[in-house]
Amino acid sequence: MNHEWSIRIPRPYRKKISPREPLITGQRAIDFLFSIAKGGIAIFPGGFGTGKTILEQSIAKFADVDIVVYVGCGERGNEMAEMIEEFELLNDPWTQSRLMKRTILVINTSNMPVAAREASIYTAVTIAEYYRDMGYHVILLADSISRWAEALREISSSLEEMPGEEGYPTYLSSRLSGFIERAGVVETYSGTVGSLTMVLSVSPPGGDFTEPVTQSCLRTTGTFLMLDTSLAHKRHFPAINWFQSYSLYADELSGHYKEHVAPEWETAQVRCREILQKEEALREVVEIVGIEGIQDEDRLMLHTAERLRTEFLSQNAYTEDAFSSLEQTFSAIKGILDFYNNAEKQLKDGVPISEILVEKKPVHAKQKTSEGS
Amino acid sequence: MRLSEHRYKTISSIAGPLLRVRDIFNARTGEVVTIVTPDEKKLDGEVLEIVEDTVLIQVFAETRGLDIEKSTVIFTDRFRDALLSPDIIGRIFNGSFKPIDDLPMFAPEKKSPITGFAINPAARAKPEEFIETGISVIDGLNTLVKGQKLPVFSCSGLPSKEVVASILKNSRLVSSPDEPSGNRTTSESKEFIIVFSALGLTFRDYSYYLSVLKNMKSRFIAFVNMADEPAIERILTPRFALTTAEYLAFEKGMDVLVVITDMTNYCDALREISTAREELPGRRGYPGFMYSDLASLYERAGRIRGIKGSLTMIPVVTMPEDDITHPIPDLTGYITEGQIVLSRELHQKGIFPPIDVLPSLSRLMQKGIGAGHTREDHRKVAHGLYKYYAKGRDLRKLESIIGKEGMPQKDRVLLDFAEEFEQEFIHQGLSRRSVNETLDRGISLMKQFNLNL
Ligand SMILES: Nc1ncnc2c1ncn2[C@@H]1O[C@H](COP(=O)(O)OP(=O)(O)OP(=O)(O)O)[C@@H](O)[C@H]1O
Ligand SMILES: [Mg+2]
Repeated sequence: MNHEWSIRIPRPYRKKISPREPLITGQRAIDFLFSIAKGGIAIFPGGFGTGKTILEQSIAKFADVDIVVYVGCGERGNEMAEMIEEFELLNDPWTQSRLMKRTILVINTSNMPVAAREASIYTAVTIAEYYRDMGYHVILLADSISRWAEALREISSSLEEMPGEEGYPTYLSSRLSGFIERAGVVETYSGTVGSLTMVLSVSPPGGDFTEPVTQSCLRTTGTFLMLDTSLAHKRHFPAINWFQSYSLYADELSGHYKEHVAPEWETAQVRCREILQKEEALREVVEIVGIEGIQDEDRLMLHTAERLRTEFLSQNAYTEDAFSSLEQTFSAIKGILDFYNNAEKQLKDGVPISEILVEKKPVHAKQKTSEGS
Repeated sequence: MRLSEHRYKTISSIAGPLLRVRDIFNARTGEVVTIVTPDEKKLDGEVLEIVEDTVLIQVFAETRGLDIEKSTVIFTDRFRDALLSPDIIGRIFNGSFKPIDDLPMFAPEKKSPITGFAINPAARAKPEEFIETGISVIDGLNTLVKGQKLPVFSCSGLPSKEVVASILKNSRLVSSPDEPSGNRTTSESKEFIIVFSALGLTFRDYSYYLSVLKNMKSRFIAFVNMADEPAIERILTPRFALTTAEYLAFEKGMDVLVVITDMTNYCDALREISTAREELPGRRGYPGFMYSDLASLYERAGRIRGIKGSLTMIPVVTMPEDDITHPIPDLTGYITEGQIVLSRELHQKGIFPPIDVLPSLSRLMQKGIGAGHTREDHRKVAHGLYKYYAKGRDLRKLESIIGKEGMPQKDRVLLDFAEEFEQEFIHQGLSRRSVNETLDRGISLMKQFNLNL
């Protein structure tokens, strides 16, 4: 079955179909708030240490796909060594077979030649298309696409081409969208349906999202997950900023969640967002008057928001909690929202806030004592 | 290969550390050249770029006053090598690998190109062996492991050299303290070989480091480029150091700890070359290839499967204008496996080492702690300390607005905890603490404030 294909040329298909199905990542913050579609594109920019690699690798481990193609593009050797070792040992949660059996790694570490780095993402996407053409669901993860862009810049500069913004060649954006366009759900020539999802990390210099690579990616992406340095410093992982991130697939996918997981999926989502937003506004007040200075309803809300952040949106990659099925995700959010609804009623009935907060809080059942890997 | 030297007298221009030489036959990029001045002085250089028959040469010495017409350029047909032998241990060299300790050059066992070879990621062994630095904030909350590259991010005026000295003096490879003491025969202070690379150091700092190195039990090798020596030599110095370190680690099976200070001077040398080449400058004037170039140094840390030794690296970066988003710390942070960040505020409070826990991070910590590495409860303790300290720090803002009296009891406890954590856990002066002491101290601190683990 082997054949050769030029990596710069997208492999043909009969037609593109628009994405309809979610790609389950096992990350609550993504699956619930900012979902990714099979055949869609997700990017997450973040400064150093914000958890891009851990997130890429978590998705590579847990995604409900048939084939995983992972490109270590201009990043660390030790990271890759660790991944190889881990993937030989762990099973994927869907088929219980060795992760390595469904995974292909394309590695070019930061100390390897830049020309190979530039080519590595094309090698990977061509392999991914090859499997897509067999009717598989394939995910391509690249960490980090910025290193590819920088390789392109180094090559372009040594060719003495006219530089554009920040020294990147003027064709950066068109090259990038040309690459990203290779994602999608397609009907293959053999009549089957396959998908190629792309999940790309971006490493903006100085954590500044106005730079050209982030901006070029933004134009083509469907899911945008902004990784936030201040959340990372608080050790809130995945450090996905819940105000700045978005998913354009939400509408297409909501039907799926309602049908397959829970009819109240969307209402829960709205409620969750609402609480987080109110918390933000209230926090400013609290910073001036202190927590004792606000009303009990608001204290209850702050308490709920904190639970949302620490028990629901955070997920420690080194614990059992690293993977959450859609059912688990929904029951977790439902638990918190039910608590909130009940507590609100109790407050109205005159139960003192101190009692509610002490009793009802299922004292950090989630916080496992051993974070053992 | 030409198998012979070629001599030319065709220098056409000089720009900073760069020479352009015309009508060259068959040069190679990276080829070593020697420039001989009319008064027989020899300058060291390297081919940077070849465009048709014109060659761009990077000179690792002062080029001001160089006589273009009368100087000769010799193309040596060699690449830059480091000379290697176990006899190198204990020696001190300048930035161009000439002995400066009044002893003759050793007899080399072999030569190796100073650019090194990229380790195949699939051949790497994952770093997971705990190194006890004796510093609580590092061992307890930002654990260093063998084969890691963990930089110190400092600001001008902060005691980065004292912190580094303390790491050098106190670092030990220990086996798990969980093990019954009968099995601990091998654990007894296995020493590192230290490879020290000074880049643009002042005489004062250099003397300080040298006395630290000389007063240690561990054996060391130093490569020294001083502040008044050519900046451009700083491109070579760390490469000599790393080639030596790789040889000792991967061929002689030793555990090598490399300290490079200060990477900020290195990057400024890179910028100088880039400017002289009239390249389009990237952020803040630093070249676009700086990420790849820094990676070609930092990535040389590691372990290799089936080989005993290891190369652990502690580069020091002084953040210009205290700015962690400056390209030098930024690109460093993007390549290294975490960072130890020093803080002015803690330093002003008289805390030593003034390491700020919140932005500091060791990415390989999870692999190197817990049962079999340090202690079973390590994760729990680290998690608790971090969490309460972060909360306490957060509350300080509120305290400055509404005052401590206006805050609920729970918050006041956290404020006090943060204070005590800085004084009792972070602050340790020059003493050395074992990881056991560190963890016990953390536990009793939390107990003292009734904070549960
Ligand atoms: N989900 C998570 N659970 C627990 N810890 C995490 C998680 N995500 C990230 N971390 C912590 O943050 C550290 C940095 O994460 P990671 O290496 O993924 O950052 P990064 O964004 O890839 O950085 P760089 O751009 O420098 O490569 C990890 O070593 C780990 O300590
Ligand atoms: Mg990363």
